[in-house]
Amino acid sequence: MYQLAHVDKKFPGVHALKSVDFQIGRGEIVGLVGENGAGKSTLMKVIYGAYQPDGGQILIDGKTVRFANPRAAMEQGIGMVFQEQSLIANLTVMENIFLGYEQQFVRFGVINWKAMAAAASAQLAKVKLEIDPATITSALSFAQRQLVELAKVLTLEERVQGDLVILLDEPTSVLAEDEVKLLFKLVRELTARASFIFVSHRMDEVMELSDRIYVMKDGAVVDVVARGEKTVEQIQHKMVGRNVDKEYYREQRQIPYDAGRELLRMEGVSLPGRISDISLTLHAGEVLCLVGTEGSGREAILRTIYGMRTPLTGTVTIKGQEITRFTPRNAVERGVGYVPRERKIEGIVAGMNVYENMTLSQMGRHSRAGVLRIGGERALARDWISRLSIKASSELADCGNLSGGNQQKVVLAKWRSGGSDIMLLDHPTRGLDIGAKEDVYDMIRDMSEAGVGIVLVADTLEEAIGLSHSIIVVKDGAIQKRFDCQPGAKPSLYDLLHYMI
Amino acid sequence: MTGRFSREAVIRWAPLLVLIALVILFTAINPQFFSLRNFARITISSAPALMVAVGVTFIILMGSIDLSMEGVISLTAVLFCMAFVRFGGNLAAGGWLAMPLILALGAGIGFVNGLIHVRLRIPSFMASLAMGFVGTGAAVLLTGGDIVKVDDDVFRGLLTYRVLGFPLMVYVAVVFLGLGWFLQTRTTLGRNFYAVGGGEDLAHASGLNVRRVRIAGFTLAGVFYAVAAILQVAKLGQAESVTGANFMFISITSVVVGGVALWGGVGGVWNALVGVLIVNTINNGMVVIGLPDYVQDGMLGLLVIVAVVLSTDRRAAIVVK
Ligand SMILES: Nc1ncnc2c1ncn2[C@@H]1O[C@H](COP(=O)(O)OP(=O)(O)OP(=O)(O)O)[C@@H](O)[C@H]1O
Ligand SMILES: [Mg+2]
Repeated sequence: MYQLAHVDKKFPGVHALKSVDFQIGRGEIVGLVGENGAGKSTLMKVIYGAYQPDGGQILIDGKTVRFANPRAAMEQGIGMVFQEQSLIANLTVMENIFLGYEQQFVRFGVINWKAMAAAASAQLAKVKLEIDPATITSALSFAQRQLVELAKVLTLEERVQGDLVILLDEPTSVLAEDEVKLLFKLVRELTARASFIFVSHRMDEVMELSDRIYVMKDGAVVDVVARGEKTVEQIQHKMVGRNVDKEYYREQRQIPYDAGRELLRMEGVSLPGRISDISLTLHAGEVLCLVGTEGSGREAILRTIYGMRTPLTGTVTIKGQEITRFTPRNAVERGVGYVPRERKIEGIVAGMNVYENMTLSQMGRHSRAGVLRIGGERALARDWISRLSIKASSELADCGNLSGGNQQKVVLAKWRSGGSDIMLLDHPTRGLDIGAKEDVYDMIRDMSEAGVGIVLVADTLEEAIGLSHSIIVVKDGAIQKRFDCQPGAKPSLYDLLHYMI
Repeated sequence: MTGRFSREAVIRWAPLLVLIALVILFTAINPQFFSLRNFARITISSAPALMVAVGVTFIILMGSIDLSMEGVISLTAVLFCMAFVRFGGNLAAGGWLAMPLILALGAGIGFVNGLIHVRLRIPSFMASLAMGFVGTGAAVLLTGGDIVKVDDDVFRGLLTYRVLGFPLMVYVAVVFLGLGWFLQTRTTLGRNFYAVGGGEDLAHASGLNVRRVRIAGFTLAGVFYAVAAILQVAKLGQAESVTGANFMFISITSVVVGGVALWGGVGGVWNALVGVLIVNTINNGMVVIGLPDYVQDGMLGLLVIVAVVLSTDRRAAIVVK
């Protein structure tokens, strides 16, 4: 019923979509996979009207349509579930849900809040979210905001007569496992009324949910796979154009760390309401994984080490020196690097180009008396662009225009190239395709060999187990248990889960 | 990059195209507009304004705003004249000493301005506005409402001595523009301005000392305001407590019309230059073709709106997932 025919989209220097054919039937769930920069987000933007294609046609029930903007697409029943960033944090949930469509509640020029609250509750019920619609959005968790997004899109049900198409671009990347399950259950139930397009880098999820999968590579659709027709490996092969290493986490490259060299020590560190009595040590070459549920305090530990929070009690010692002033600047000077989970806010500066972003934390190294050596910066950026196969037209490309995964690679390169020897990685593989994940795993092993200490909050438990020398399980801000993870003697998922919940 | 007209390219080049179009338009209406004499006139009126615009560009790049320029210029101009007279009243005899002194004073005022904004966490527009009033007030106090004159032929040579038809002060402004460009593109400070303007949280999380960058920005702007004051004195031969009047509107209008985004991170000193030239070309051209003041103002207002609209669209396209 919804169809794209030979759709083309070009950006300066990039042919982002190459004659893409795409269709989706009533009540169908279509998965969309591909490498970073393959064009998935661009395709989604064409579908929901944010971009106009340069060539080709959009057809709904065989009729050609053209959307000038997302609102026009919405009127035809096409809605996008953004990640939580698109909700306005200081408005209430119901205001967000009906943003731009308040008119229906206006009587004599004033908004009937009661009616709006009732209508919002009805929407929230569709996604099984039991919160007061008058809650301020910023008070919600990641997962709740995601559901509010979905509820907002589902207002299309009442507003539009025909079929709905709902787009989900990497909706699960910020969700915990049980929340993902909930979302999937919901999506399946909603197929009675809507079709879904689902983008994710987690192949297992895509395989589980989708009726059909479109595989994209370099802006073109290279394969369409029906449910159960191909294995994960076969699809991945199509995506990256080569076989993917079975030894995913590079366990064979795990070598013992240097227990004699201590890089970081935390003793009895507490932040009221976040973490309490955290003590840990990190050695040269050690990969230390913090494992726990969302909100268990992993992020607060990283942020304390990085100097973004000042602990109330306890001490943090970096390379033998106790920290007295907690600022990121101080931490960076001591060789700490931090890859945050919120890359849009803390990862890259949109508007600055690739090399400027990469050297941002290390400008001192690339300058003399405040004058920059730009030639050196650019050479460094070119080197990392090829080492991490970052898809950018050049080191001069605006980072804001890179695909999500490629932005993440720039952030990694930024700290790695700066020579940090204590690396704090918060979900470093989030949003990366498998090929890029492999690169990151290799990078982690390289760093470990070079004597860098790494504190890692992994994307999945498997990743945590596979990569780490030691695992610390955190729950409600306190350390539950520490595991040693020698290759061949790693704890099982079950061992960890037991302490997590 | 392909040769296609992307929105970004249009935004980048639009101000320059507007400038060229204006020149063509005015020339068509009155060919006298297109003469060396008239261009010299435009650049003379542009020179001090350009210095102010360059100074405030750095602040706007950081996503802040500085409204202290009028007071700072009045105060530094008045003090410059007084110091100049005190040091002997002519450049060779020791009057030149007034120049570094006033530049340092400009830096000092800017530094205090930045300090108030950062340390006391007062929004920059409020802190700087207050600072501007203090400056104007101090200038009134110092002069008692009188005019302070500088009549040294050597110093006034900035205006009267011409090379290739343009007075020296234009070249001085060009040199400082070059300095501004160097700071913006080649130094860590310039890079820091963009980083703070493009994402303050990120700059902080990258280990930059955001407060120090801000203070440095205001200090730098103060220096440029002082340069503007000296050029203004050279142009007028005198200073009083209203010497700085009008510079706020002119400079901020210029910066915005030139394409520097008000929320920070986008643009640079070239945009300031083009903006200043646009504004002064309009002012001059309207006089040359004999249109009344209010049409000039209307036209400027229109340009500001167009400029903001154009650059706002760009923002929506900036974050790509
Ligand atoms: N506004 C833009 N201007 C210039 N280039 C762009 C723009 N948007 C996307 N691109 C480029 O188009 C290509 C496809 O990007 P897209 O965001 O669609 O990738 P993606 O498949 O979503 O990747 P990821 O998995 O990393 O999110 C990339 O090379 C990207 O740099
Ligand atoms: Mg994407």
